[in-house]
Amino acid sequence: MTFFKRYLLPRIIQYLVVIFIGTTVVFVVPRLMPTDPIQQTIERVTMQGTYIDPDAVEELKETLKELYGLKGTLFEQYAIFWKRLFRGDFGPSFAQFPTPVMELISISLPWTTILLLLTTLLSWVIGNILGGLAGYFSHYRWARILEGIAMFIRPIPYYIVALGLLILFAFIFPIFPVVGGASIGSEFKLSWNLIIDIIEHAFLPALSLIIVGTSTWFITMRLIVSNIVTEDYVSYAQSGGVSNKEIVFHYVIRNGLLPQITGLALSLGQIFSGALITEQVFSYPGIGTLLYRSISTGDYNLMMGITILSIIGIATGVLIIDIVYPLFDPRIRYE
Amino acid sequence: MFSTIKTLFKYNKKFAFGFTVISILVFLAILSFFSPYDPKVWNLTPRDLPPSIQHPLGTTSMGQDVFWLATYAIKNSLFLSIISMFISRIIAIAVGLVAGYKGGSLDRILMTLNDSFVIIPLLPILILIASVLKGGLNIVNLGILLGFFGWAWDARVIRSQILSLREREFTYTARLSGMKTSSIILKEYLPFIVPLIMATAMNNMLWAIGMEVTLAILGLSSLEIPTLGTMIHWSVNSQSLLLGIWWWILTPVIICIFLFISLYMLSVSISEFLDPRSRLKRIEVMKE
Repeated sequence: MTFFKRYLLPRIIQYLVVIFIGTTVVFVVPRLMPTDPIQQTIERVTMQGTYIDPDAVEELKETLKELYGLKGTLFEQYAIFWKRLFRGDFGPSFAQFPTPVMELISISLPWTTILLLLTTLLSWVIGNILGGLAGYFSHYRWARILEGIAMFIRPIPYYIVALGLLILFAFIFPIFPVVGGASIGSEFKLSWNLIIDIIEHAFLPALSLIIVGTSTWFITMRLIVSNIVTEDYVSYAQSGGVSNKEIVFHYVIRNGLLPQITGLALSLGQIFSGALITEQVFSYPGIGTLLYRSISTGDYNLMMGITILSIIGIATGVLIIDIVYPLFDPRIRYE
Repeated sequence: MFSTIKTLFKYNKKFAFGFTVISILVFLAILSFFSPYDPKVWNLTPRDLPPSIQHPLGTTSMGQDVFWLATYAIKNSLFLSIISMFISRIIAIAVGLVAGYKGGSLDRILMTLNDSFVIIPLLPILILIASVLKGGLNIVNLGILLGFFGWAWDARVIRSQILSLREREFTYTARLSGMKTSSIILKEYLPFIVPLIMATAMNNMLWAIGMEVTLAILGLSSLEIPTLGTMIHWSVNSQSLLLGIWWWILTPVIICIFLFISLYMLSVSISEFLDPRSRLKRIEVMKE
């Protein structure tokens, strides 16, 4: 019971607060703007030159009125906003009228989820192991070299790394397909060829995410381990004749992982933002590319849907990590 | 202050590297005031010229000189990041100080708020705001906007520092000798957190420049103002790579990389400077 009250309850409250703040920001932002957002949006949509159904324009005006909260009092609008949210209804897409926004998002979502899950886990594991080793054996030459490389990659934003890989692989070593999620015209039947095709297409976006991610985790882990190494229990194990391998993997890295799990939870949002941009660079058919398309067509419903869903998704991810955390930290489990 | 910079420069390679590169970039930014070309006007030079003596970094497909355009871009990107840095510093320091010093339920409320800002994926929200504001998002506005979003992580760092300072003996001494809360914070605590603020400030500048690049690449900032982001945007959109105009795209990308690494090195070296263990090492080096 104390575990629930002391550990779980604050996390769940935090989860609700994150979603509340995020959606409220999305609700409030369009109203703070000095211009009339509806007129502006319609102008922008018509300016694109694409033909839009008159029905779509009417619908657009209506949904915009609702979304921007221009119907009824402020409180009523806010209530309506939440009601729609609970139903998972973000209205129709303007660019692809009348397809619901949710449908478009649900097509792209699996691509992003798989890419993000895989790259985040891989870079977290690789970064932590390498960082732990480099922190423990910090006097070796290879540890310094690794640290130097990580130092140079870490501050470079996802976009630049992706662009660099694009330049490198598209023009200098053309091995991998540079854009898309699978070859055009390929049927979506589960077959070995399709899987290979998807992996080939996902390789470059995944690689650029892993490069940045690994160096970030490497640097923090190295720092954490270099503090752990000075602890008494490490010197005790060393003088007791425990092998270095044993110490690193069972004492040092294991203890260092705890703050890294918290770090993973806190940086999930940033990783997600990075993945959005990386997808756009490689035209990988995930949420990022969808978001980019919604920007260039002025598709507000889609943009809002993606924003709110990504806030909920990230918050849920953080909550899951928080719930799993006690499995790794006995201090919380037995309290 | 100056002697600190001098010792840092002498004994910390990271600081020396970062400081040198930043100085060069600032020098380039200052050069923009002497530029012979107006960055907003097109077709002042022949198009697509490769680097030559007359145009040291070539020209763009819009007839702009890449070198002078880059000087403007560095100036604007630095300017924007400094605005964002100042605003986010004010919020971060205020939140961190109040939460750390007052503690209790106020601390809990502020930190819940704070953590929410850390967790929320900012890019989609910034994209939403930027696309509503489209066109109105000049350097100053973008700097202010980023400033309002980029404080959360640093507020947490400052708070934890204040928390540990609050338990130190000199706090009790000051309190018992009748010092006011405001002067304890300003006179006793601020000197401790100034270097911390500096280190986080560099990180925030880095983040702001990166966000600007991201938004510009998506076409969401004022594209006629030269920044590192808009330079990349135009060169990517004009297919400069496919056309083989590598000097146009590589210039902003390489400047970005140097800028990011040098700011990061400065931030890391200041943090190392703060760490008492590395301070011991430094004294040993100086004795030798």
